[in-house]
Amino acid sequence: MSLNRRRFFRKAGMITALGLGGTFGITGLLRKVEASEYETPQQGLVAKRWAMVVDMSKFKTQEDYNRVIEACHSVHNVPSLGNPKDEIKWIWNEDYEHAFPSQNNRYMKESVKNYPFIILCNHCENPPCVKACPTEATFQRPDGIVDMDFHRCIGCRFCMAACPYGARSFNFRDPRPFIKEINPDFPTRTLGVVEKCNFCVERLEKGLMPACVEESKGGLIFGDLDDPKSEVRKIVSSQYTIRRKPELGTQPSVYYLVGGGDLV
Amino acid sequence: MYKGGKIIASLVIFVALLSLPFFYNRGKANKGPEINLNTPAILQLADKQCVEPTEWMRANHMQLLLRWRDEAVRMGKTEYINSQGKSFKISLQTCLNCHSDPALNTSDQFCVSCHNYTAVKPNCWSCHTWPQEAAK
Repeated sequence: MSLNRRRFFRKAGMITALGLGGTFGITGLLRKVEASEYETPQQGLVAKRWAMVVDMSKFKTQEDYNRVIEACHSVHNVPSLGNPKDEIKWIWNEDYEHAFPSQNNRYMKESVKNYPFIILCNHCENPPCVKACPTEATFQRPDGIVDMDFHRCIGCRFCMAACPYGARSFNFRDPRPFIKEINPDFPTRTLGVVEKCNFCVERLEKGLMPACVEESKGGLIFGDLDDPKSEVRKIVSSQYTIRRKPELGTQPSVYYLVGGGDLV
Repeated sequence: MYKGGKIIASLVIFVALLSLPFFYNRGKANKGPEINLNTPAILQLADKQCVEPTEWMRANHMQLLLRWRDEAVRMGKTEYINSQGKSFKISLQTCLNCHSDPALNTSDQFCVSCHNYTAVKPNCWSCHTWPQEAAK
């Protein structure tokens, strides 16, 4: 049997149509089993732009810092490796000079210069870490939180190089043996994964404030910066606050209130 | 054929050796994985159905878990409404609440024993924790 050109095209067209039709049929059937839906929990807290104000006047003793740090690190299974090289930090403290290197006067009040500031991920509006991540493991949620999908992290550490605030830590060792008490509701990390503060997304969706905020006794104020009635917005718009390295244009969401109390 | 007899004889021996395991195991059913569906939590359930019907779960649990992961982590959607309209919290702990038996070792647990049998090595447990491990 010989085919002429016209017949060949007709047959080819028919077979293609059949093939495509068949695929649609099969995928249609497959979709039928996934009739289920995915929803955001109703009790969750929502915002357009989450932000935090750190009222430094509320942090007086070492105990104030430790309480906040311990609250975060126990909830998120952050290991304590005991040496600064391998250290994993979600929230920690840093002196003024290193936290605000560009706002450093030579004859600054000694007490301010040596004052330990609470430092955490700034959840920038223009996060350089998100741009650097090749696998989109770090991403920005619509509510402004810069979150991480640990499943996708390949441990390239581009984000650590990109972050101007040193807010990210790398698991150079298996963290599991160094966690005092594992909280099964939050995953631990594994060797070769980067991690950082996530503004407690897992608590916000349950309707809870971040762990550090809850333990801070008013030292950390958390809320929606986009809402003019929120406490964070009121503080930021009425009092003098500073942010870390604002000149870089990353627009950090963590504001430091240094004018209050007897700090300055 | 040059040395034909020897060649054919060796070939017969070779094929016999090669097929020995098949004949050795013929008629013997392989012992399947020990799937423990009688954990205390499951025994207490009135309606003994997983998140979706058992047959569907058996075939599609891996796709479901991947979808759960992406919806929960990336979209913030941590509630799953199944095909019968029942809602579940998206978390591996939701699975473990029923499927982990406190009396067993991790290696004998529901998912681990079956994955071992089928030589599937998911890396869930390098980060996620069994309640028993957490208690230690």
